[in-house]
Amino acid sequence: MATMNMIQALNDAHKVMMRQDEDIVVFGEDIGYFGGVFRVTEGLQKEFGKTRVFDAPISEGGIVSTAVGMACYGLKPLIEIQFADYIYPGYDQIVSEVAKIRYRTAAEWTMPMVIRTPYGGGIFGGQTHSQSPESLFTHIAGLKVVIPSTPYDAKGLLISAVEDPDPVIFFEPKRIYNGPFDGHHDKPVKPWSKHPASEVPEGHYTVPIGKASVVREGNDLTILAYGTMVHVALASVEEQGLDAEVIDLRTLVPLDLDTIEGSVKKTGRCLVVHEAPRTSGFGAELVALVQERCFYHLEAPVERVTGWDTPYPHAYEWAYFPGPKRMKKALEKVMAD
Amino acid sequence: MGDKDPALRRNAPKLELHVPEPPFRPGDTPDFSSLKVPPAGSAPRPDTTVAATETHPLTTELVRVLGGDDKAVGPWNPKLAPDTLRKILRDMVTVRIFDDRMYRAQRQGKTSFYMKCTGEEAIAVAAAAALDRDDMHFPTYRQQGLLISRGYPLTEMMNQIYSNKGDKLKGRQLPIMYSDKQHGFFSISGNLATQFPQAVGWAMAAAIKGDSRICMGWVGDGATAEGDFHSAVTFAAVYNAPVILAVVNNQWAISSFSGIAGAERATFAQRAVGYGVAGMRVDGNDALAVYAAVKWAAERARGNGGPTLIEFFTYRAEGHSTSDDPSGYRPTNEAKAWPLGDPVERLKAHLLTIGEWDEERHSAMTAECDASVRAAQKESEKLGILPEQGKDGIETMFDDVYAEVPRSLAQQRDAALEESRG
Repeated sequence: MATMNMIQALNDAHKVMMRQDEDIVVFGEDIGYFGGVFRVTEGLQKEFGKTRVFDAPISEGGIVSTAVGMACYGLKPLIEIQFADYIYPGYDQIVSEVAKIRYRTAAEWTMPMVIRTPYGGGIFGGQTHSQSPESLFTHIAGLKVVIPSTPYDAKGLLISAVEDPDPVIFFEPKRIYNGPFDGHHDKPVKPWSKHPASEVPEGHYTVPIGKASVVREGNDLTILAYGTMVHVALASVEEQGLDAEVIDLRTLVPLDLDTIEGSVKKTGRCLVVHEAPRTSGFGAELVALVQERCFYHLEAPVERVTGWDTPYPHAYEWAYFPGPKRMKKALEKVMAD
Repeated sequence: MGDKDPALRRNAPKLELHVPEPPFRPGDTPDFSSLKVPPAGSAPRPDTTVAATETHPLTTELVRVLGGDDKAVGPWNPKLAPDTLRKILRDMVTVRIFDDRMYRAQRQGKTSFYMKCTGEEAIAVAAAAALDRDDMHFPTYRQQGLLISRGYPLTEMMNQIYSNKGDKLKGRQLPIMYSDKQHGFFSISGNLATQFPQAVGWAMAAAIKGDSRICMGWVGDGATAEGDFHSAVTFAAVYNAPVILAVVNNQWAISSFSGIAGAERATFAQRAVGYGVAGMRVDGNDALAVYAAVKWAAERARGNGGPTLIEFFTYRAEGHSTSDDPSGYRPTNEAKAWPLGDPVERLKAHLLTIGEWDEERHSAMTAECDASVRAAQKESEKLGILPEQGKDGIETMFDDVYAEVPRSLAQQRDAALEESRG
């Protein structure tokens, strides 16, 4: 066991997988010699050479499309899009090609690739370095969407993603790369080393795709969250003195509906939390599923805590971010009757 | 804005938007006499190892081998054995007959859609002949000649067109969107130009693995305007990928002439200059020129000389697809007036001229091709035509979205089956 932050855990996952599978190639903007703007690919080019780890032109469409060609050849591309906000030039290739090639060729060709990309705000990145576009991908048949919230899960889920036969969009919550953020931006940052999930086993292990994690058991209500918001939610329920059950979804597609359903039927109340804008966010899907499955067990309307339906505003970051105040208000509402 | 003309206010000329117009519209008499057609044999053939810049004069030239006297001339003459020439001719004739039969099948209501490549047969057929059998193609939708040249069963093609019981793509794809790994033919996408940078990725992978196989990507003149074209040539140039990038300039993208894709300003081959890759412009109706150009680019790529961008200059003799009527936007006799001729007739005339062919053999060969297409059609139609499909096997609709059917999708499959029984 070693103590790692999320960046180190992701870096370690790359090394473990690249050592055992020579067909894995890693490329993206600034990821080679320099090791990536967030350092996730640090040291990989030195260990695995320039033909397996290399810098790409500033062309997300080119990165994704050449990865498609490589996957057709038989390689396993593990590519980085520098910020989720930059993924849109590659969106046509992801939606029209990556997601559909297995289907349209009746599995003659498949797309075992992983597209990693840091997402989310709270780092003063302004509207082009803070977005949470996960629902644009959960809507696309053929893609899997994974979002870890701890170093342990980050490594185990990335290894699972690399071993998965289907394409995986792997969103990394960049606000918690270096420590679990509880939503209190005015307080000192806690490092991962104080968190039990920073204990990361050496070598190969997996965290299954499609399985949620109950990170806090409780009976008052169920909170559904992923990424950074798992930690914000955990802090909020402690502050409100609630015995909440907090579920870290970890995978949005395929969704672990059994865990969600079991929990909501037990607690009778549900709060859905994400940083992405409210309208047509993944929370809308979660609320719909919960009412379809658990309507007669619900004691209060299902509530949502989300970002606002605006672009991510630079100077107003903390007025945008769904932090402790928004959480408190929603928790009071869900618990009211 | 005030009531005064803003340009006058600044004492400057009025800015004008230029919207390109094709030279001829319905009712006009097409006249291509101003088109510069260099004589066959006039373009120099540089060594395949030259610096890319040395090829750049060829981007405004036209590599041609077959001259007006039907002889093969000049440094690009590939000097093919008569058997090879006859094989190329036969494949081109088969493509044309296949197109006619399938066009008619669509008109008879046997399928929803078809796309012919009439007038462009030489390009895919001769390119396939010039590459090795295990080289890879990322085609667009008018390269049926690749499959036919490589011996892909005609019945398989028709099964796909009819989406019938024999369709290996299980009725999921629009007619002619073939896919076959065994024949090195990547699945055609209806989203244009997506395959162009994918071809570069495949070639990069071959280089990463130290393979000796190369790759050829295909795009039409219209789709060169897509960002994917730029990605493709950029990545090919940056990584010196062993790839041949073919632009089939048939001058029409549905109703938009090539000027709408930028052809008034430069040839498509000239784009190679800006990227610093080898480039050339080739008479796409001259099977020997096509063969020679692809062979040149293949030799360059195999020797780690990098990518070549080739523009095949041709003319789309018929509509874009069965859903298109070109009489609405261009003169109906324009194809006849096109000065580069019919690729099938040109190769046939060459074989006759060199004494390796005669009319009797041509008639017999045409009859054989026709018979094989008819036999394949009969065979395929035994497995059904489109209007009969879509009722059985509804459950297969949910396969291959993922490697395994997720539970949520299995529930939708059950609902679809129940709906179909109700």
